[in-house]
Amino acid sequence: MVMLFGIPLPLTAEVPATMLAYMVKRLFSAVFAVWVVITVTFIFMHAIPGGPFQTEKAIPPAIKANIEARYKLDQPLHIQYVDYLSHVVRGDLGPSFKYRGQTVNGIIAERFPVSFQLGLLTFVIAIVAGVGAGIIAALYQGRLPDYATMFFSTIGISVPSFILGTLLMYFLAFKWGLLPAAMWGTPRHMIMPAIALAGLPTAFIARLTRSSMLDVLNQDYMRTALAKGLPRWRIIWVHAVKNAIIPVITYSGPLLAYVLTGSFIVENIFAIPGLGKHFVTSIYNRDYTVILGLTIFYSIILIGLNMMVDFAYTLVDPRIKLLGGKE
Amino acid sequence: MQYPVELFRPIAEKTVQTEMVRPSITYWQDAWRRLKKNPVAMVSLVFIVLLILVAVFGPYFSPYTYSDQDFDRRNQGPSSEHWFGTDALGRDQMVRVMHGARISLAVGFVAAVTTFFIGVIYGGISGYLGGRVDNVMMRIVDILYSIPFLLWVIMLMVLFRELFPATGGGAGLYSIFLALGLVFWLPMARIVRGQILTLKEQEFALAAQTIGAPQWKILFRHLIPNAMGPIIVTATLSIPEAIFTEAFLSFIGLGVSAPRASWGMLSSDALTSLRSFPHLLLFPALAICLTLLAFNFLGDGLRDALDPRMRK
Repeated sequence: MVMLFGIPLPLTAEVPATMLAYMVKRLFSAVFAVWVVITVTFIFMHAIPGGPFQTEKAIPPAIKANIEARYKLDQPLHIQYVDYLSHVVRGDLGPSFKYRGQTVNGIIAERFPVSFQLGLLTFVIAIVAGVGAGIIAALYQGRLPDYATMFFSTIGISVPSFILGTLLMYFLAFKWGLLPAAMWGTPRHMIMPAIALAGLPTAFIARLTRSSMLDVLNQDYMRTALAKGLPRWRIIWVHAVKNAIIPVITYSGPLLAYVLTGSFIVENIFAIPGLGKHFVTSIYNRDYTVILGLTIFYSIILIGLNMMVDFAYTLVDPRIKLLGGKE
Repeated sequence: MQYPVELFRPIAEKTVQTEMVRPSITYWQDAWRRLKKNPVAMVSLVFIVLLILVAVFGPYFSPYTYSDQDFDRRNQGPSSEHWFGTDALGRDQMVRVMHGARISLAVGFVAAVTTFFIGVIYGGISGYLGGRVDNVMMRIVDILYSIPFLLWVIMLMVLFRELFPATGGGAGLYSIFLALGLVFWLPMARIVRGQILTLKEQEFALAAQTIGAPQWKILFRHLIPNAMGPIIVTATLSIPEAIFTEAFLSFIGLGVSAPRASWGMLSSDALTSLRSFPHLLLFPALAICLTLLAFNFLGDGLRDALDPRMRK
């Protein structure tokens, strides 16, 4: 089993009876998971002394009245809960507990695009650089490029993003003055945060691709392709890589989670006005309704994207199609 | 009836030992033998032992404590008096890094132990009973898995921060223990369940069943000991994960409270004065990276040593 810091990655999906039945089942479990997350976070917020759902709290009366009306605090608990759920279903994540006039939806609309840019860039860097390095290492197994890749990837999986980010900032921004140290807006601002965030997953993907590529290269059909006289580049890039990157697709689920939680840190280091920075700020400020709303938002995004990854995986891996009901 | 005395003489020894018999070695001796042959894992093991010694005894040998402030010596670089320099409040950085090692190792150890107990019991029961029980138990794990464990830990820390307000700086640490304990057993439960599912079909489990061994005894005395290899590897690899999580939490302000020092907190403090005093980042950063590296290498080495499939 392939592991990342002790977390087993599910590199073998369960075999679906038919594609459609599998998709329906998967969708159902995703919706159920979102519901559990909403319920658990709702209970957490109720359990917090001095939290938004306690009636005694020191906040401006205008906001207090707002919160009490919005969350139906005069009603029994189960009605509050059902009301909250129905708001979430309609896409309304509620007002801020600390700042008048701010809503969670407004915060997301303003800040999520920034985090999305950073996340997408990180994702692309990690996949392209990781897969590239892994393929090269596998092709030059036991030689310098292989050792170099393994050396750097070993270091890479042991350097947390906040260390890598701070080091980059010190050298590239303060010492050599190559890149701006903070803020957001131009492509030059994106380079350091994206590298800081992509470092660990790139290293992991390189190792993953290398071992899976070596597996594929040793299989019979590679020898067949060679015996048929196919050109080497075609064997490698068309026949081998296509199968070797299947584990990488499965890893993209955990990668998404990593990029998301990593953004909490990296956006803070580089003062990027994204959603991750705001999440951490609202933890500092004890802005509980925003914490609640953003947690639900993050969960929906992740559970949804993970579902897409699972679908993509079942579509891409020919072994799964073969075992399905389409024969 | 009389027996001649000659019949009771032992047979000469050399006729008995005709063939060479290798002294039998246990699974654990074999694993240790293989681990010893892995230089990277052994260096990591030595590093971890040294780190534990420094974390436990180091602070007693320092003339300073982690909270001693000296306003005449703020933000100093490394010197013979303060080997790692001093921070913005004139505190000795070396003793603070050693204190951080205590916190990180404590967090790692507690995470590994809770992972071990909760994960093994949960996964073992799920895998052994199978059927509907297994379905429900694993569905719960799947749902908890569906959002990143860091998000769970953050939510729990937000809750614990108010439920157990920090008194004297200690409570933050216990909240971290509790939050990690509640979340970290998930991968272990999955792995143990997978192991038990295959082990329970094997002959020795069936044999135990036919002689009437009670269910709990089959599970805990026969099946789980046979899954110990993967269990130990998973527990070892949960240590760096926990250390990283503590650093992460401290970095976003949810970790231990001042004046205590953890590595994540030291790195986060260093960030504010990075331009002028980069030495403040150097030592905590090195400590985190080397420790994560050592535990990851040791975990990999243990996996190679304990996995019988690798045996040639």
